Amino acid sequence: MGLLDGKKLLVTGVLTDSSIAFHVARLAQSEGAEVVLTSFGRQMRLTQAIAKRLPEPAPVVELDATSSEDLEALADRVREHTGHLDGVVHSIGFAPQSVMGGNFLAGEWPDVATAVQVSAFSLKALTVAAQPLMVRGSAVVGLTFDARYAWPVYDWMGVAKAAFESTARYLARDLGPEGIRVNLVSAGPVRTTAAKSIPGFEAMEGGWPERAPLGWDVRDPEPTARAVAALLSDWFPATTGEIVHVDGGFHAMGL
Amino acid sequence: MAYSEQEILTGLAEIVSEETGLPTDSVSPEKSFTDDLDIDSLSMMTIVTLAEEKFSVRIPDDEVKNLTTVGDAVSYINGAQG
Ligand SMILES: NC(=O)c1ccc[n+]([C@@H]2O[C@H](COP(=O)([O-])OP(=O)(O)OC[C@H]3O[C@@H](n4cnc5c(N)ncnc54)[C@H](O)[C@@H]3O)[C@@H](O)[C@H]2O)c1
Repeated sequence: MGLLDGKKLLVTGVLTDSSIAFHVARLAQSEGAEVVLTSFGRQMRLTQAIAKRLPEPAPVVELDATSSEDLEALADRVREHTGHLDGVVHSIGFAPQSVMGGNFLAGEWPDVATAVQVSAFSLKALTVAAQPLMVRGSAVVGLTFDARYAWPVYDWMGVAKAAFESTARYLARDLGPEGIRVNLVSAGPVRTTAAKSIPGFEAMEGGWPERAPLGWDVRDPEPTARAVAALLSDWFPATTGEIVHVDGGFHAMGL
Repeated sequence: MAYSEQEILTGLAEIVSEETGLPTDSVSPEKSFTDDLDIDSLSMMTIVTLAEEKFSVRIPDDEVKNLTTVGDAVSYINGAQG
């Protein structure tokens, strides 16, 4: 028996086979789930090619999380593949280069606004768009990078993550009565396309493997994907508004 | 069943042409992906992934940045064939 037997999941954020979401989709399928992916615009062809590398080739529906048209159409597009959803994975993040990489003080609002819309508000937008398909007991899981701290080079993306974490708590409040859980995994640094696009990302990796009591491998998305799968499962039935750290224990150390 | 260099060039040119809209005959070995063909990092990732599928090879990320020209990619794929 798989952890996610029979579950129908919508997984956003698969761009390459290094994407955290790719590993979530892969694990979810091997644990018995059926997966529908999303992608958008010019990234669609890449996602479609990568979707064929999953254990089961997965359909990809169009969703730009900032497009009201796509959001309105989402439920219908997903319905072509599944009648309901037991889980939604938010694995979406973006900030313009101008507001990351050590330019915090120079950050201008239009670019900051883009970061906040794509990386934080999108959690609300995606969840509400998928809600018509979600049944009692279903779960929304997102990916964050510990927003309690100021990090090197993360800058306005870090501010967007703080908004993202707060958004998850409000969604947990408002969707609890519907029986929908909303939780986040706070991952340590993983070398993905998004991570490598942050100028000076090595500064964030630096010291992580040494300081984390369990150690940390920036090339290994598996621990993060496992935690997402666990939160999608029925094994966290009374957990919502929570942030689970998957960082080798880094967050718990003072030095 | 290995592909010849010529077959690799032809197949790669088709992939590049589909991604960029450039005519296949403009995708010649001496062309630089970025400087001559104006291919950005997303298009390059897409081309690499589709080439991996087509020629059943793996082109690691660390290798991609060494593939400056179309010819570099053709010889890498040729060498990577099983
Ligand atoms: N890599 C890390 O070190 C790390 C650590 C903690 C949290 N995270 C978070 O994990 C999530 C996934 O990122 P990743 O590291 O796998 O990188 P990734 O580049 O593989 O994934 C980012 C995804 O966001 C999607 N996206 C961007 N703009 C979008 C939009 N407007 N609409 C829909 N999708 C959009 C992209 O298509 C892409 O698939 C992000 O939220 C990221 O912040 C990453």
